[in-house]
Amino acid sequence: MNAGVLQVGGELIASRRAGAYHHLTLVAPGVAELAAPGQFVALAVGGATSATLLRRCFSIHRVTPSGTYGGTVDVVVAARGAGTRWLTSLRVHDPVDVVGPLGRPFPLPTEPVPCVLVGGGYGSAPLFWLAEVLRERGCPVEMVLGAASEDRLFGVLQARRSADGVTVTTDDGSAGHRGWVSDVLGDVVDRLGAGVVYACGPMGMLRSVTEVASAHGAVAQVAVEESMACGIGVCMTCVLPVRGGDGVTRMVRSCVGGPVFRGDRVRWDAIGDGVTRVPEDALGAPHPGGH
Amino acid sequence: MVDMRTVLAGTTLPNPVMTASGCAANGTELNRFFPVAELGAFVTKTVMRDPRSGRPTPRMAETPSGMLNSIGLQGPGIDAFCEHDLPWLEQQGARVVVSVAGNTAEEFGEVVQRLVGSPAWGCVVGVEANISCPNVANRGLVFACDPVSSERVVRIVRARVPAEVPVLAKLTPDVTDIVTIAGAALGAGADALTMVNTLLGIVIDTDLLRPRLAGVTGGLSGPAIRPVAVRAIWQVTAAMRSGTLPTAPVVGVGGVRTGTDALELVAAGASAVQVGTATFNDPSAPRRVLTELEAEAARHGVERFADLVGIAHERMVRP
Repeated sequence: MNAGVLQVGGELIASRRAGAYHHLTLVAPGVAELAAPGQFVALAVGGATSATLLRRCFSIHRVTPSGTYGGTVDVVVAARGAGTRWLTSLRVHDPVDVVGPLGRPFPLPTEPVPCVLVGGGYGSAPLFWLAEVLRERGCPVEMVLGAASEDRLFGVLQARRSADGVTVTTDDGSAGHRGWVSDVLGDVVDRLGAGVVYACGPMGMLRSVTEVASAHGAVAQVAVEESMACGIGVCMTCVLPVRGGDGVTRMVRSCVGGPVFRGDRVRWDAIGDGVTRVPEDALGAPHPGGH
Repeated sequence: MVDMRTVLAGTTLPNPVMTASGCAANGTELNRFFPVAELGAFVTKTVMRDPRSGRPTPRMAETPSGMLNSIGLQGPGIDAFCEHDLPWLEQQGARVVVSVAGNTAEEFGEVVQRLVGSPAWGCVVGVEANISCPNVANRGLVFACDPVSSERVVRIVRARVPAEVPVLAKLTPDVTDIVTIAGAALGAGADALTMVNTLLGIVIDTDLLRPRLAGVTGGLSGPAIRPVAVRAIWQVTAAMRSGTLPTAPVVGVGGVRTGTDALELVAAGASAVQVGTATFNDPSAPRRVLTELEAEAARHGVERFADLVGIAHERMVRP
C-alpha cells in the first residue's frame, strides 16, 4: 500500500566526509519519487537485532529519482551518538532500513516572491534542493549559512550554485562575518525585498530568524529539530506548542504536524534550557487540583 | 495452516496479535504501512474524559534495548475520540480494544459511558482499563499498585460496559505481588488481564547532570523488559492453574519484537500478544510479528494456536 510514505530496505552507495559531517547516499526505491524539500527520512540503526531501537531522523538533503541504482536519497549526518556513529561507519553496499518521506514539506509561494534560506550548521542540508525548486518557480533566492566555526558550515560551495547570493557567518569569525545569522538576516531580507524566510537549524536560531523575519515584513517557515522516537506519528515524543489557525495552542507532533511550521505560530516563550514546557493556555494543559 | 484464532472471554479474534496502547496512536499512521484490520485487534491510545496536553519535553530517553517515556496521556478526550478516531477504525473494519483511563475511579465510568454511547461502538471488542495511571484522589498513587483502587475502577468499568464485551485490566509490574492485584481485578469482574505496563525508571543526562526527562520519571519499555512480562504472565497463570486465582485469559505485552518473542509470552500463558515499542523501530512490526508467530506455531507442529497457550507450565523439568 502507498499512502505517500514507504518502508524500504535501502542500501548505502556512497559515504564521504563533508567538514565535520558525513554525507550519505542511500538507494531507497520509491522514496525519492515521493519526496519534497523539507521532508525527512527515519533510519533504523544497528541492524535487525540492534539494542538501539529508536529511528534516527534526517531531513532529506536531495533526491535523485532515477539514478543508475534506482531512486536515491542523500542525508547529512553528524556523528554524535551511538546511532549516528553506526550510520557513518557503514560501508558501501551495507543495508539500511529507510522509512520516508515523512512530515510536511516547506510550503512554496504561489507567486515568484524573493526568498531567503537560512541554515544553521548542517541544518542547511535541505535548503539547496529547496533553493533549486524555488528558482524553477521564478523566485530570486539568497542563502545565509551560519555555524560555530568554518568546519561546521555545510554546503557553502553548493549554495553558490543553488542561490543568487550567499552570506556566511561564523561565531568565531573563521569564515565570513563574525557573529550569528540573525545579525545579517535583516539586511538581506530588506535588500532582496524577501516575502519568505525559510530556516532550518537549532531552536534558538529559529526563534531569532522568526523575530528578524517578522520585523522586516517576511513570513518565516522553520523546520524544527525535535528529538523523535518513531518519526511516523505514533510515539508522541516530538511535540511542541504551536498556535493553530483558530488561535488555540496545542502540543503538536513535529513529525506529522511539522517539521515545518510558520515561525510566528510556534510558542517560543515555552522553549528554552533544553526543555519545552506546556503553556498554561494550551489545550488540555495541567491545572491545579486535576491533571 | 495453523488455526490462529483466539478467544478472549467469549469474543473470538481471527488471530492473537494486537497493537499495544500508546504505541500505535489511533490507527491512521500505521495503516499507511499495513492494514490495521489484519490484526487480531487494534488497541487505541488511552483516552480520558477531557483533552490533555501531556507533559513537557524531553519526553523520551533511549535505553539499552528499550526506552523511557513520559508522555502524560496526551489525547483529544473521549468526545473527539468518539467523533473522529473510533468511526475511522470502524470504517477500516478493525476490531478495536479501547484503552480508557481517569483521574479518579468515577472518571473511568464517565469515559466508558460516553464510549458505549458512540455510534461506532459496534467495532469495539474490548475495553482495556489502564489502571496503571495515577489516582488523583489518592495522592497520585497508581491505581494498579493498590488492590482496593484497582477493584473500584474495574467494578465501575464492568458495570457500564455491555455484558457481551470483555473488560481487560492492564496491570503494572511495579508491585510486590502482581497475583494479589490480578485477584482484585478479576474479583471486581475483569474478564481478562493485560500484562504488563511499563516499569518506572529515571535516566540521568551525564553532560547536564540532571534527569533526562522533563517529567523526571518515565515508563521503561522495549525488549529490555520482556523477561519481566514473561515472569508476570507466568506467576498469574500459575496461580490460575493451581486454583488460587479464577481462570481468565491473559493478554501479554512487554518487549515483543519478533514472533519468537511473542511465543515466549504465549508459552508462559498469554492468549494474545500486544506489540508496543518495537513499532517505533519497525512500523510494520505488529503485522510482521503475526506472520512470524504463525511460522513458529507451524514449526512446533500444532494445529491450533490455542494449544501453545501456557504450554511451558507443562514442560518444566522437575529437578
